[in-house]
Amino acid sequence: MQYKSQAVAKPYFIAAIGLFVGQILFGLIMGLQYVIGDFLFPAIPFNIARMVHTNLLIVWLLFGFMGAAYYMIPEESETELHSPGLALALFWIFLIAGALTIVGYLLLPYARLAELTGNDILATMGREFLEQPLITKVGIVIVALGFLYNVSLTVLKGRKTSISLILMLGLWGLAVFFLFSFYNPENLVKDKFYWWWVVHLWVEGVWELILGALLAFVLIKVTGVDREVIEKWLYVIITLTLITGIVGTGHHYFWIGTPGYWQWWGSIFSALEPIPFFAMTIFAFNMVNRRRRDHPNRAATLWALGTGVMSFLGAGVWGFLHTLAPVNYYTHGTQITAAHGHMAFYGAYVMVVLTIISYAMPVLRGRAANSNRAQVVEMWSFWLMTISMVFITLFLTAAGILQVWLQRFSSTPQPFMVVQEQISMFYWMREVTGVIFLLGLAIYVASFFMKGEAAASVSTTSGRGEIGTQTA
Amino acid sequence: MRTTLSELAPLPAPPASVAAGPTHPPGDLAVWFFILAELLVFAVFFAAYAFARAHDVALFNAMQEQLDRPGGALNTVLLITASWCVARAVQAVCEQNHAALGARWLAGGIACGGGFLIVKCIEYADKFAAGINLSTNTFWMFYLSLTFFHFMHVILGMVILAVLWAQTRRGIYTPGHANGLESGAAYWHMVDLVWIVLFPLVYVMR
Repeated sequence: MQYKSQAVAKPYFIAAIGLFVGQILFGLIMGLQYVIGDFLFPAIPFNIARMVHTNLLIVWLLFGFMGAAYYMIPEESETELHSPGLALALFWIFLIAGALTIVGYLLLPYARLAELTGNDILATMGREFLEQPLITKVGIVIVALGFLYNVSLTVLKGRKTSISLILMLGLWGLAVFFLFSFYNPENLVKDKFYWWWVVHLWVEGVWELILGALLAFVLIKVTGVDREVIEKWLYVIITLTLITGIVGTGHHYFWIGTPGYWQWWGSIFSALEPIPFFAMTIFAFNMVNRRRRDHPNRAATLWALGTGVMSFLGAGVWGFLHTLAPVNYYTHGTQITAAHGHMAFYGAYVMVVLTIISYAMPVLRGRAANSNRAQVVEMWSFWLMTISMVFITLFLTAAGILQVWLQRFSSTPQPFMVVQEQISMFYWMREVTGVIFLLGLAIYVASFFMKGEAAASVSTTSGRGEIGTQTA
Repeated sequence: MRTTLSELAPLPAPPASVAAGPTHPPGDLAVWFFILAELLVFAVFFAAYAFARAHDVALFNAMQEQLDRPGGALNTVLLITASWCVARAVQAVCEQNHAALGARWLAGGIACGGGFLIVKCIEYADKFAAGINLSTNTFWMFYLSLTFFHFMHVILGMVILAVLWAQTRRGIYTPGHANGLESGAAYWHMVDLVWIVLFPLVYVMR
């Protein structure tokens, strides 16, 4: 670790992984509720389990992004963090507020929670992914502002690099677009219109900048390729992201009451959203193949390559599957959306956070890389989780295709619940695969407790050009 | 690529050393990747236009009558001239090692680009005054979307040319060290190329 203050990233990463475990447990609960409807009812109804599953995902990714920024920014800026104390204070505020919110979801009826938390002052609750009570939303803004103040001042006083610039752009964008969660117009069309400014412009806009910056940082570290080369590709990727992603918001405006031209705009621009993801895949493999050193942390390299591939498949290919308006007319809101959501979130954001954790955690614990044994276990968890996610996606896609056929495309369409019954086999298969994912996650957590000799640096000449085939 | 540019512009044959020079495209690999991605965006847009037109040829033909074809033709000339200026600028720097001349050619390119924007704005003002908007019908949706998307690219291209102009004046580019200049020039030619497809497709073809 080059700068003492980078250590504040550690609690953020630990909290992220802890919440990740919680997210998966609730995923398994609701996965089972798809086939056994009254499982855990009335203690944890489906809608609550779903809310906890998605909210935990967002919160742990935010912990991961913040931890990543606290780790990267001092190193990129070549200076200590402006205020490590503030970073730690905000960590506890965010963790406690997040935990209280989840406890509130679980213990109180949602309407009662709304009543207690001032939803009558400014109604912001009750909307998918933005279910948080008003005070939690305000808390998120305060934590975000404190965090941005802290890292921005660090960037301003130190070296400015393209990576830190793009990371800051992404993080500021994240905070700014979150403000639209406070805007909840009466008109349902307008409500949905701006709701996507948080949801879409996060995951298909500013978060991709964060993703690019994190990936570029780790690639510089593990490959030793010139910063100039990596940053040039980063610029190309983020420009493509913004060109396609911003207008690509239109693929959410097909059927909500917006003007008809959105069907063209949304279809055309979002059809091209896979391009930046494809560029990212090429970028990751190219840099690793052109590496000038073999970093002892092979696991981090594997995660970086995995991010490149899985984000392209999940966000790019599975997004394209149902992004054209004439296709989406049939697939909208079916299990195909769920398939895309799972692989895209895992492939892009889960994996990039695990990449930076994989790279940074050993350094934060005082070594360049973990022991060989720990790395082998971590790589096992990589394959278990990744392959499970591929199968979860495939099963949900199969369920979705069948659902579209039986419920919407057929000349004798069947009712929703009748169709759900018929596709329940795929839900069972998804649930079993989900258990394997949890197993992979348990192995991942276990890898942090593995002892053994720290892996030595491998010589540059051996295995050059092979890592792509060996690990991918 | 260099020889191709020279063929396009009526110039004396380049010195043998240049003609026999590197066969790879000038500029950075990253910019070519970017250019191909941009061309793909426009290609999808053009394909969508063709698809929509095929469904209602009568409407598209009727609406096309209302377009300002001389204005579009003037703009085509302006953009081709701009590309010629930019090609001369690259030649001035890379072959004649004459940065000041290169900067003047770039300024000429920027001026032509500015002329394009003015003509286009007059066209837009005319259309908006006639009450045309994105929801008027599919033809106008495509006309406004396609030309405005290209319009934004002209602006971006001019920003790039302005940066190149400033850097060329400062003598940053020399023969053999003009990667940035060649990359920016290639991008500008892409903007021009897209218009050369867009103009006949939307304004002329029936």
